[in-house]
Amino acid sequence: MRASLNRLAERAANEGLLDVAYTSADSPFGTLLLATTPRGLVRVGLPNQDDEALLAELAARVSPRVLEAAAPLDDARRELDLYFEGKLTEFDLPLDWRLSKDFRRRVLRAIARIPYGQTRSYTEMARSAGNERAVRAAGSACGSNPLPLVVPCHRVLRSGGALGGYGGGLPMKEGLLRLEGVLNA
Amino acid sequence: MTELPPFQQLIDEHAGVVMGVLRGAVGGSDAEDCFQETFISALRAYPKLHDAGNLRGWLITIAHRKAIDHHRARGRRPLPVAEVKEVAVSDPEPGDGVWALVDGLPPKQRAAVTLRYASDLPHAEIAAALGCSPEAARRSLHEGLKRLRKEMA
Repeated sequence: MRASLNRLAERAANEGLLDVAYTSADSPFGTLLLATTPRGLVRVGLPNQDDEALLAELAARVSPRVLEAAAPLDDARRELDLYFEGKLTEFDLPLDWRLSKDFRRRVLRAIARIPYGQTRSYTEMARSAGNERAVRAAGSACGSNPLPLVVPCHRVLRSGGALGGYGGGLPMKEGLLRLEGVLNA
Repeated sequence: MTELPPFQQLIDEHAGVVMGVLRGAVGGSDAEDCFQETFISALRAYPKLHDAGNLRGWLITIAHRKAIDHHRARGRRPLPVAEVKEVAVSDPEPGDGVWALVDGLPPKQRAAVTLRYASDLPHAEIAAALGCSPEAARRSLHEGLKRLRKEMA
């Protein structure tokens, strides 16, 4: 049955019927869920997030043609592996931004430009997105980031330097900042 | 309208049943091809499906179309199903002829007849696949057979 299903996924991709491919990937923080469209990576699920709800959301918001298929996510998995080993400081993956809109998308695009090992405040992100006073909205844009890790919302902190929040839980945010040398190991 | 679940969920929940139905309908060696055709067709149609209420029945119905296409393509090769003789009360053409008539039945009757005689499912399973009561399934089957007998007479 396994071979049969692999053949099916491959054929679906060849015939343009694989709108969303997903797979799981190991990380030091637990299992991630990665999803891509033909345009690029569209969703990264963190270990504490509910896979089933995430896939249902993709079915509703992108397309119900959602299939488990590892091959379309090989590059993303390889880059994430290298990142967790400390050997990759900048992701080079095509991204599909369709799950975020307007101001939130502008905030996330600004976050994507924060260099490895550096941090910014929510206020700075609001300013980069064109509305310095929308600090709270910038915070919720971080909270709703569909592409955590690759769009490094863990590099955004409160103005005083406090950690703020993280979709994957604060211990993961601390772990990522330690990995990047922002916090002391 | 129920929201459509991710297609993978249909595969996880129903691939086994569909494969079983196809093994019964076309035999083990050809079931794999029909299985691929069934799920590719389903995947193609899926985003426009209006009723997510009985996805299993929907897949099984597609599988039957593929099994019938397969039999038709194979021409007069006999079916690997013993009970099909039950339909042939008036000595009709074997194989393809019967299935061509089955294919001309109204959808519910066609599904009931193929589920019973090509896939060898019991009434309760047919009812589940069609999303109706066992009584209604039995009635569809009965009506379908009656019509076939008339057309073959």
